Amino acid sequence: MSDAQQPALRLQGIVKTFPGVRALDGVDFEVMPGEVHALLGENGAGKSTLMKVLAGMYQPDDGKIIIAGRPVRMTTPIEAKAEGVVLIHQELSLVPEMSAAENIYLGELPRRSFGRVDWKTLEERSNTILKRLKCSFRSEVTVANLSIANQQMVEIARALTVDARVVVFDEPTASLTDAEKVVLFDIINDLKAQGVGIVYISHRMDEIFTLSDRITVLRDGAYRGTLTTAHTNEDEVTRLMIGRSLDLSRDEAAPTFGKTMLEVRNMGCPGLYKDISFSVREGEVVGFYGLVGAGRTEIAETLFGLRKPASGEIRVDGEPVEIASPRDAIALGISLVPENRKEQGLVLQMNCRDNMTLPQVQDLTAGPFVSQGAELAIFDQYRDRLAIKTPSWKQPVGVLSGGNQQKIVIGKWLSMQPRVLIVDEPTRGIDVGSKSEIHQLLRELAGQGYAVIVISSEMPEVLRVSDRIVAMYHGRIMREFGIHEVTEDSLVQAISGIRVDEPA
Amino acid sequence: MTRLKAGGPAIAKQGILVAFIVFMIAFSLMSDRFLSADNIMSVFRQSAIIGVMAIGVTIVVIGGNLDLSVGSMLSFATVLVVDLHDKIGPELAIPVMVLATLCLGAINGFLIGILRLNSLIVTLGMLSAIQGLVLIYSGGQNVDIVDQRGTWFAIFGRGAVFGIATPIIIFGALALIFHVIMTTMPFGRRVHAVGGNPTASVFSGIPRSRVVFMTYLISALCVAIAAIILGSRVMGSQNNVGQGYELQVLAAVILGGTSLLGGSGSILRTVLGVLMLAFIQNGLILMGQPYYTQWLVTWAVIIVAVWLDVAAKRGRLFSPIA
Amino acid sequence: MRHLFQNPVLRWLMRNPIWGFVLIVFIFFSLSSDHFFDARNFQNILVQTSTIGLIALGMTLVMINGNIDLSVGATLALAAAFAVDVQSWAMFATWGNWQILPAVCLALLVGIAMGAINGFIVWKTGVDAFIVTLGAMLGIRGLVFVYTGEQSFYAMNFAYSDFSAFSVGPLPVLALIFLLCVLAVHWLLSRTVHGRNTYAVGGNREAAVNAGIRVGPHMMINFMIIGFLAALSGVLLSTQMGAATPNLGRDYELWVITAVVLGGTKLTGGKGDIIGTLGGVLAIGILRNGMNLMQVPAFYVYVILGSILIAVLFLDKRFNTSTDGGLRL
Repeated sequence: MSDAQQPALRLQGIVKTFPGVRALDGVDFEVMPGEVHALLGENGAGKSTLMKVLAGMYQPDDGKIIIAGRPVRMTTPIEAKAEGVVLIHQELSLVPEMSAAENIYLGELPRRSFGRVDWKTLEERSNTILKRLKCSFRSEVTVANLSIANQQMVEIARALTVDARVVVFDEPTASLTDAEKVVLFDIINDLKAQGVGIVYISHRMDEIFTLSDRITVLRDGAYRGTLTTAHTNEDEVTRLMIGRSLDLSRDEAAPTFGKTMLEVRNMGCPGLYKDISFSVREGEVVGFYGLVGAGRTEIAETLFGLRKPASGEIRVDGEPVEIASPRDAIALGISLVPENRKEQGLVLQMNCRDNMTLPQVQDLTAGPFVSQGAELAIFDQYRDRLAIKTPSWKQPVGVLSGGNQQKIVIGKWLSMQPRVLIVDEPTRGIDVGSKSEIHQLLRELAGQGYAVIVISSEMPEVLRVSDRIVAMYHGRIMREFGIHEVTEDSLVQAISGIRVDEPA
Repeated sequence: MTRLKAGGPAIAKQGILVAFIVFMIAFSLMSDRFLSADNIMSVFRQSAIIGVMAIGVTIVVIGGNLDLSVGSMLSFATVLVVDLHDKIGPELAIPVMVLATLCLGAINGFLIGILRLNSLIVTLGMLSAIQGLVLIYSGGQNVDIVDQRGTWFAIFGRGAVFGIATPIIIFGALALIFHVIMTTMPFGRRVHAVGGNPTASVFSGIPRSRVVFMTYLISALCVAIAAIILGSRVMGSQNNVGQGYELQVLAAVILGGTSLLGGSGSILRTVLGVLMLAFIQNGLILMGQPYYTQWLVTWAVIIVAVWLDVAAKRGRLFSPIA
Repeated sequence: MRHLFQNPVLRWLMRNPIWGFVLIVFIFFSLSSDHFFDARNFQNILVQTSTIGLIALGMTLVMINGNIDLSVGATLALAAAFAVDVQSWAMFATWGNWQILPAVCLALLVGIAMGAINGFIVWKTGVDAFIVTLGAMLGIRGLVFVYTGEQSFYAMNFAYSDFSAFSVGPLPVLALIFLLCVLAVHWLLSRTVHGRNTYAVGGNREAAVNAGIRVGPHMMINFMIIGFLAALSGVLLSTQMGAATPNLGRDYELWVITAVVLGGTKLTGGKGDIIGTLGGVLAIGILRNGMNLMQVPAFYVYVILGSILIAVLFLDKRFNTSTDGGLRL
């Protein structure tokens, strides 16, 4: 049995269900020693569930995990680590008040007599690992004082405390600068040269094509195929990922735009965005496209009264306005469907109806009491219109699927009859079916005369729903495209900060 | 008891009701006097003070905060109303005391609602500070009302209307009023929302600071009413009379199934928690046990009640942490 | 004094503002009271501080874990009752002064047992420590009353009540025990694996679980430590009084939490240390002592302490709000 032919790790027919969802449906996956195997799929395709199964955080309902030819059962991350499988989390799982060294060896601090920590060994070993990662900081520093990128390095350093067979990187470059990325890629190549199998999860095609040997694609929790990187191209991968070539088809009936509903002039907020000017007309969908952290959400929050802009002017329906709180925004007819549905959009233990009527509950009254009838009328109306699937309005929102939760939030804001509707990442983490329903809905809303702003990090989404696209990079608007002049290339360039002379 | 039945199906789901009934049956089997009308009335009357305070604290807790200052606030209010009774007469003493107590509630509300400081620590600090204020005000002396027979102030603690003791009427009426407010009025909905998810509430245009501020005002108001009952019943006050009440009140609220995480809870279930603690105390005494055995039973009851609640939510009896 | 103003000291003070406060009240009372700056008074302060201080050491561990223990006052009373009562049991009648030994041992064991019960319940049921120990606070107090039958116990063996009068060199023995415990817990927290895991469990519970730290037993050990320290505090308090009363230790949990929070330990867990806690208890001790010497009625101490507690919270919030990035929530 030589390691060369045998996969370092092999998953066979993995099934994992959650109440109401089949998150993984017979997934096969393998990594050879010394291979970088990229795992691709849209949000909600099951990547992170698969990784949690791998790391021992979830137990699969069915299927086998085989490590170096031996079927194993891993019930905790420790057991997984003991088997040589290490997961580097996308969200940092560090203890902020402890030193980098302590974090690297969390749970396995070297000991001396009387349960004392062997600081000397600890720091020697940690510094060796950090040096190998070409980190500029020492292991004694407190993690809370490190930059996010350096914290990420600490997270990666954790994987190097054992002789890892398989290291899983989950979106490792999300918070890294270009220079730091180069270091990371060196490390990955280093590990690869040592015969470690690498699982690399990322959304960024360019990274995947420079780094990986093979690519496996998941869609809707199911295995869709494995491609050899050298013999494929982005188009083929995309097709596997979304089940079709990029479908940019849309209702081509020429939209009719009304008057300008919202206009922003030279708005700025130090450290977040600068010199922002744009406008939205009635019946128009304006897509805001850019990378995470480009300042799009912050603009939405400003328009909704959650941030105070340092400069600039906002006009709603031609009138200059001051928006000091969400209540002001609501009074002006601005609605925001926020980015994070569970934290910002919903009160999870509250029932569907109450969540939907929350912003207007003080107006839906009969005498001093909330009018049950009025509330139910609103709920029924939007449940039917948005096809929300719930057994009853009494259901706590927390038990609904992501798509239905999102529709509750959208319903909540539609029921306010807004003049301007802002939706931030409307389809993040929801299934493909609901996704296209929501896209259709956004188009319909525009057709009915709403002014809509859609913020999205997914290119197919902005291309599909927008009439105009505003590309942002680093807190600035780089370029504005009409939907007919936009190309993928120009869009990607714009959000990467590459300025191209605009066509005259 | 019919009032409780009106809550119907909502209560029926709760284990606390089952526990309550089990205790009631057990005690009535062991003591003949337990279920007599006299005894039940006296338990109701005795539970009124804790009960009234528990109503306010329930609302604070549903709003996602704690109020540990109610105990020394009760000392403050009682000493104030009793002391002022002989100085400026009850018709002025009561409004002055209520206003002063509301001011304390407003301080809590300002620090926690507007400045967003941690409610446990703030109300802990207020507990200490208000106790100090009471001692300074009273000079460390206890206060009492000289003419105990001739004042109409006696009505609140010692009086009765249609044969029902006034404290019971006050407690029952307040419970009903606040239950209605919390379940059917916009304010109640907003308190639930703010306690359940403060961020999402702000994103829904709810004035979070104001809502939290109001919950502390209500809590202070309830303390003031409890102080009127207490002062009127005792016709005097020790300067630390409310010491330890905050924890008994909190115990009743927790027993009623209100989550300390905020966002869920019910006034009627709190009333059930209050009554349950009172009946346990009463039943044990009728059985000839010393009064402090109730604390041992309370210990077990609180932990088992909350445990079952938590276990039902996570779907397994024991915590998964290793 | 010159070295005080060198940079490292100032920087250290910035991180431990409570010691700045201790310094200020110390100087204030030294200047304004003739009796304050006096070796004998310092001994007093240390002895007075030791009762709250011992429990605060344990509370620091429990709070860094992200838990809280409200039952310490009752545990203290229970241990004190055992310590005083057991020495007069008939079976030890012939032991002479040695009868104190089993009494104290049993008292300390009772304390550990109470902590173990709390910890075990927190571990196994997953109920919040606040609720578990709130119940225990009532329940253990009930145990005290059951055990004592509402009576106070008086120590018949005078060696017991004389113990607190001993001094080792300049240090009263109670102060010495306290300081030794300070060192021991500081060592535990900063040097041992268990201590470092205490931060991990409180700072990021999920990461700790994923890293294989057995969070349940870990928290139980810390509850046992605070039970032990509360019992020790109860024993020492009963030697001072020569007696144990059933209401001993009432409200101590509030004082202890105040001291620990003043010392910079976060209620949410993950942050805090013994140096801060020592500052917290000393601040309270000096304040009470000094105001007593200046004949300020004890009432004012409550108001001042409450206000300081809230002020500390306020300042902490003012200087440590970078997380929300200007979002108006």
